[in-house]
Amino acid sequence: MKKTFWQKLSAWHKGEFDFTLKTTDHVDPPIIHEYTGKEHTIQALSRKERAFSGALYNVLCVLFCLILIGVLLGAVVSLPPHGNAENPAVNEVMDRYVEEGMQETGAVNTVAGMILDYRAFDTLGESFVLFTAVCAVTILMKNTKRTAPDGTPLPMVVAPGIVDYSKDNIVKTVSRFLIPFIFVFGVYVLLNGHLSPGGGFSGGAILGSALILFSMVYGEDRAAAIFSERLIKTVVLVSLSFYAIAKSYSFFTGANHLHSIISQGIPGRILSAGLILPLNVAVGFVVCCTMYSFYMYFRRGRIQ
Amino acid sequence: MLQSLFASDFIENFPLFAIILCLLCAVISFVLSGSGARRLTYVLVSVGMGLNCSVLLHNLITGERFTYMMGHFPAPWGNEIAAGLLEPAFALLFGVVILCSVAAGKSRILLDVRADKQNFYYILVDLAQVAMFALCYTNDIFTGYVFIEICTLASCGLLMIREGGKPLVAATRYMIFNLIGSGMFLIGITLLYGVTGHLLFPQLQETAAAAWSSGMYHGVMVVSIGLTVSGLAIKSGLFPFHFWMPDTYGTATPSSSGILSGVISKGYIFLLIKIIYRVYGLDLFMETGIQNILFLFGIAGMIIGSVSAIRARTITKMTAFSSAAQIGYIFMGIGMGTREAMIAVFFHICAHAITKPVLFLAGGALIDASDGKRDFNALRGAAHRNPQAGFAFLCGSLSMIGFPIFTGFISKLYFALSAFAFPHKSMLVLLALAVSTILNVIYFMYVSVILYSGKTDPARRVGFRQQRTFTVAVFVLVLVNVAIGLHSQPLTSLFEAGLDLFLG
Amino acid sequence: MLTSFEDLWIHVAENYIVIVSIILFGIGFTMLLFSRNLLKKVVGLNIMDTGVYLLLVSMGYIDGRHAPIIADGITDAANYINPIPSGLVLTGIVVSVSVTAIMLSLIVRLYEKYHSLNLDEIYELRNKEENA
Repeated sequence: MKKTFWQKLSAWHKGEFDFTLKTTDHVDPPIIHEYTGKEHTIQALSRKERAFSGALYNVLCVLFCLILIGVLLGAVVSLPPHGNAENPAVNEVMDRYVEEGMQETGAVNTVAGMILDYRAFDTLGESFVLFTAVCAVTILMKNTKRTAPDGTPLPMVVAPGIVDYSKDNIVKTVSRFLIPFIFVFGVYVLLNGHLSPGGGFSGGAILGSALILFSMVYGEDRAAAIFSERLIKTVVLVSLSFYAIAKSYSFFTGANHLHSIISQGIPGRILSAGLILPLNVAVGFVVCCTMYSFYMYFRRGRIQ
Repeated sequence: MLQSLFASDFIENFPLFAIILCLLCAVISFVLSGSGARRLTYVLVSVGMGLNCSVLLHNLITGERFTYMMGHFPAPWGNEIAAGLLEPAFALLFGVVILCSVAAGKSRILLDVRADKQNFYYILVDLAQVAMFALCYTNDIFTGYVFIEICTLASCGLLMIREGGKPLVAATRYMIFNLIGSGMFLIGITLLYGVTGHLLFPQLQETAAAAWSSGMYHGVMVVSIGLTVSGLAIKSGLFPFHFWMPDTYGTATPSSSGILSGVISKGYIFLLIKIIYRVYGLDLFMETGIQNILFLFGIAGMIIGSVSAIRARTITKMTAFSSAAQIGYIFMGIGMGTREAMIAVFFHICAHAITKPVLFLAGGALIDASDGKRDFNALRGAAHRNPQAGFAFLCGSLSMIGFPIFTGFISKLYFALSAFAFPHKSMLVLLALAVSTILNVIYFMYVSVILYSGKTDPARRVGFRQQRTFTVAVFVLVLVNVAIGLHSQPLTSLFEAGLDLFLG
Repeated sequence: MLTSFEDLWIHVAENYIVIVSIILFGIGFTMLLFSRNLLKKVVGLNIMDTGVYLLLVSMGYIDGRHAPIIADGITDAANYINPIPSGLVLTGIVVSVSVTAIMLSLIVRLYEKYHSLNLDEIYELRNKEENA
């Protein structure tokens, strides 16, 4: 029986009929779920449609990328020549960073002076990017239930095929000598950030790699016993709070033209460059803890 | 007395205080319990709003922009933040929306997020808040990049913190699109740095204008502007790149959907407007012709987003596709580039930011009242089961359609008015507005009728008592919406004055 | 301004680093968009970022000058390269480390859930899960 439009509308309003739900005669053959073994009859797209949309996507992708690369290469032609001292990027900003940087920031390493004093707000943001990443990785990886496809929980074991370095005598012996050196080198890079290449990020990464090597070779349990989650949380909390408070003190005094109690010291000495050294240490600790906790979360889903 | 209080120069420190307070709050929440972190977030976000409000009042009284040195070194050397009228106004708006979304979705957050990870949700909210403040206030393009990344990572976290496979897939998709956007933005500012040698907005504008008029770098500059703009457009979900939206907004916990669609994408758009006005300058931007592309994609987004929303079979997907359409409106306005169109854009940012979270949050509550089912058949009569959420959803729908007394009406009105002043293409704009509005009416009214149709068992009714915070927070947003809709004049003059300060 | 083909060729030969970095960016970008394997996407992301960083540092380089670390008390700017891009790249690297870590942990979780690295397969399994 054919209903009038109004009958249909009132039926729809009462909830007896939904004109938006299509009725189809064609039903795709049932597909068995690869892992659960359940049957699925509903499919979002038919195979033909999917193949077509996949091909369309690929073609569009390649076209888009080719156009982008072509446009960029075309643009590069009119870029100022490479390595030329007359380029627009060589301007008064760079001159002051290099010429006055040592007096104004106390850092011999101009890059350190620039990122931790002249343009410190960027670097503050940057360390909070790391903090955000730690939070996100913790959310994803911490104590997540690792289950087999059928739902049974998997024990946290080293997967087959992954070498267990703690049983390898050569690795163990070499690491015993190597780890202290890596550690000392990391501390050196960290503390000399304002004098030589390096600084918080690179030094912290080296320290972190020492910790990762330690936990690889001596087993995560021993590492976890020394570097507990509590310790790592405390270090991150203290370092980042110190960073934010110290830098906001310097922003505040700078913007209000107040005298800052932080002295620049004598450039070239280890205890100089005002806040740069403590900030480097704070950043180094944060980076070190970040790298180590990334490793531990990926390896076993928890720090403890 | 009060006037002299708000005129004091000390208020110029407040943007810095707001940013640092939220950063500290995020770090401290790292060691707090879930409820402690929640309370800290509420308190500090409110304090941040107070600070932004003071900055706004200060600038209204003095009537000037101020720049604030971040450190001991002046403009081309040190970082800077700057505040006119628009910056604190939008920071305040984003703060209000974030606070209301989090408060209204509290019970869902408790359900969706695992107990031992509750505090991380609030850390991410704080970080998103910091990023929004910094994107509003920044006067340095690289600071902009850094905080864009914080924003991306924090919003990815807000998305995947919900347990289950779907949020993971959605987060992966969201990340991939955002990374493409970030990469394009970064290479765009790299090229711009290569021809100007500056990173701060005022110096960048001078040198960019000089480089453009020298005629040597036209190619690089057009490509750089194109990449920067399209990077931000991809991140905010302009039409051909809106595919991540339904996945993302549809699967996250309602608070996250509200924050992501209402605030995060608007943050990118606000930065884009800032870059267009304060870095390239409107004239240079218009000469490149990129605004026409934005205009066309905006119109396409308006239509296609709405068509997709009509085809969507779940309430969350429909709301998400409607976001794509609304982003289209905003980009159409940016593409028109006239003063009237920019006022309309600011209104639409405002309207969408306060309406979309209401739709997501009320939608979430309606889904909860329908046994967690999202499809329209299950939602039949949901407004009888949860009257507060149903009414909020209706108000939100009416605002999105552009019904008078709501903010959405004002923004559409301004778009239509600006179309008359827009030479050559006024018919196109009006036609797009008309078609898109009709499409909006179709899907929003369809849902609203479904929500109020059918009968329901009174025993399943959710009362006011069970959802006090939800109701209060959502109705704060609805009331703000109606208030702006009824008294748009103060906001119009604020936006006009802000735009004048923007242009310098 | 470049007037002849020969000029263009000389310009390209002098700016090969820039060209290489653009090509690296392109390779990474294409991989990020095109590859359906999630791990390859992450590799592409890193290549893309490397391309951008190479472009950025190459803009700070000036022929015949030294690294911007004040040595022997010479503070003349004509002696050192531009330190700004180096600092920006440092920031960029930290960002890309963070993004890579998040992407990898997402991939680990996805693999645990769906036992696949192929994005299409994951979508399909996800859709089935939704419909089931």
